[in-house]
Amino acid sequence: MNMIQAINSAMDVMMDRDPDIVVMGEDVGYFGGVFRATAGLQSKYGKTRVFDTPITECGIIGVAVGMGAYGLRPVPEIQFADYIYPALDQLVSEAARLRYRSAGEFTAPITVRSPFGGGIFGGQTHSQSPEGIFTHVSGIKTVIPSTPYDAKGLLIAAIEDNDPTLFFEPKRIYNGPFDGHWDRPTQNWSQHPAGDVPTGYYKIELGKAKVVRPGEALTILAYGTMVHVALSVIAEAGVDAEVIDLRTLVPLDIETIEASVQKTGRCMIVHEATRTSGFGAELSALVQERCFYHLEAPIERVTGFDTPYPHSLEWAYFPGPVRIGEALKKIMKDA
Amino acid sequence: MASDRVPAHLKPNLPPLSLYVPEPKFRPGDTVDFTQVAIPPAGETRRPDTADHAESFTDLAYQLVRVLDENGQAVGPWNPRLSPDMLRGMLRSMALVRAFDERMFRAQRQGKTSFYMKCTGEEAVAVAAAFALDYEDMCFPSYRQQGLLIARGWSMVDMMNQIYSNTADRLHGKQLPIMYSVKEAGFFSISGNLATQYPQAVGWAMASAAKGDTRIAATWCGEGSTAEGDFHSACTFASVYRAPVIFNVVNNQWAISSFSGFAGAESTTFAARAVGYGIAGLRVDGNDALAVYAATAWAAERARTNQGPTLIEHFTYRAEGHSTSDDPGQYRSAGEPTAWPLGDPIARLKDHLIAIGEWDEERHAAQDKELAEQVKAAQKEAEANGVLGHGLHQPLDSLFDGVFEEMPWHLREQQAQMIAEETASGRPWARK
Repeated sequence: MNMIQAINSAMDVMMDRDPDIVVMGEDVGYFGGVFRATAGLQSKYGKTRVFDTPITECGIIGVAVGMGAYGLRPVPEIQFADYIYPALDQLVSEAARLRYRSAGEFTAPITVRSPFGGGIFGGQTHSQSPEGIFTHVSGIKTVIPSTPYDAKGLLIAAIEDNDPTLFFEPKRIYNGPFDGHWDRPTQNWSQHPAGDVPTGYYKIELGKAKVVRPGEALTILAYGTMVHVALSVIAEAGVDAEVIDLRTLVPLDIETIEASVQKTGRCMIVHEATRTSGFGAELSALVQERCFYHLEAPIERVTGFDTPYPHSLEWAYFPGPVRIGEALKKIMKDA
Repeated sequence: MASDRVPAHLKPNLPPLSLYVPEPKFRPGDTVDFTQVAIPPAGETRRPDTADHAESFTDLAYQLVRVLDENGQAVGPWNPRLSPDMLRGMLRSMALVRAFDERMFRAQRQGKTSFYMKCTGEEAVAVAAAFALDYEDMCFPSYRQQGLLIARGWSMVDMMNQIYSNTADRLHGKQLPIMYSVKEAGFFSISGNLATQYPQAVGWAMASAAKGDTRIAATWCGEGSTAEGDFHSACTFASVYRAPVIFNVVNNQWAISSFSGFAGAESTTFAARAVGYGIAGLRVDGNDALAVYAATAWAAERARTNQGPTLIEHFTYRAEGHSTSDDPGQYRSAGEPTAWPLGDPIARLKDHLIAIGEWDEERHAAQDKELAEQVKAAQKEAEANGVLGHGLHQPLDSLFDGVFEEMPWHLREQQAQMIAEETASGRPWARK
């Protein structure tokens, strides 16, 4: 399966198991979604469980919170993460706080799916990585898969989870992993082991990172598309890096991170999102606090620049092989 | 040819534009004259069949459903013909709400809690609606519908415990006073963020419909909050899916210091907002408990028969300050509350009961006394659990409960840090 098929399969499996799951969003019903993630679900489960919505993100999330209060488990889609902002108040002030403010009387067991990230010439409003805005909000979980296998297992876990969860899907790798070399032919998930996805039910626990490549020279923390870019860069550079796919940003798997950095003594953080106050800043602070006496070099952050996501200059903006390569040289200088 | 004196972007042959900024009719010190407020006689507005198409109700959005006339008689097609027992029940609930408000306002002034909001003058809006709805219907209130809980018979002690954030507070001291949450009484958790409950009520109603349930949802916001984007989202969703929901807009003329003109009231009615969405819209005398009851019952019937949503504008007046933190004397004439042409909802229902020979002044005075005692007794009971002014009542470590279903490591760490800090501080509550 590619990542779209895996996500579709996760929703199919869960809707079949639990009649309280509803899927909603712009174009998700009859049409099956602009990325085809919900294809076939409406004809299989009916219009009262999979339906198109008006174009109002604040309405989509607000209605989902109300459905959750009734006892349903909504899986709303925001067509692009760049368009999640009209729903910020409902996510931050309502979904995230409902359990806390009602001392558990009401909860918001909703899973918000949204394609995110760049590398597709999406320009300013089809490329953003707003995860840092949400990791700052107490009461919301944030999940970002990097493979079809993980996408299905993590999405199933998110839907089963009783807390509101943001599930950001890196759309650059919907069809195949991306090594950052935009000028080379791309691979399909069928050529990748993680494209082998079981058709039935399985889940990957939230809050658990995955060491995708063990190594001794340094630790690279990444998620989504950047996991694949980082893997490709270190392979080309012949550096024995340990690459950790965080998979869940909140709650974070701090144990895996700590153990790795204490072993390697070096840490590089890679994300597409803009640098200032990005999630990398939180990761860097945590590593500094917990692994200070093991660090042999300053922590490196390789990120998007602090600019809106550009169109024509996409590959100058994207934290690809060149930028990661330079950071590698810097962090390994005295090794 | 460009003139030397006129900038090129100004066209000398066109009049300059001017920006209109609304201004209320009366400010502090002004003599109030509400004769311009159009109040049609009671009984005049037609009562259509609930099964009719929303389009056919357009006229109702610009009129005023009124039942109680100047002589205390219930007149016209909207008269719900309630039994004297029910009328007395409504009167009692409304009076109880007022007594509760008085007592809690004073408790705030005495430093027993940090904050309070009265609903004086608006008691009919929540109480009469609660009588018209089924107990199982779900309410998504704003912060000024405490009458729903009182009318549903919810414990005043429990409400006060929340106001005092004491040991018995069902919300464990996590919420600002009056931001109640009572799932058992069909009263959704109140949020400080305005109008967010509107789309949530629609979602709840859609879920009820999708599940083939028979329950409906009702939600309330002030006229000021209709300016929020959530109001538009909610109306659109409710219209599109014909959600079994009742939207209540409590038009009490004031949003803190801003008069209703800043929500658009100078150009149209709030009930008329419904017209553009294809939703049934009613405009009701909000100080007429029978009109509120009748309109709510009509809207509920419409929702229960799958005819879709109704928006009810309750035309009323916020008789007191916005909250204990507000002084209305700074922005409006002190004469407004008494001059308001729709009068006082409690006095009007009382007059009606007296007019039909089912009540008298003596019984009313005795009831007021009894209710005051009841509230006082509840207060005593609640205060035995502590008041906010006496310090912390919740276990310290509970601060971290309920952020998530299960506490993640970073919260456990912060919890341990807090306990350590408090132990080091030597403050009395650190060693609980």
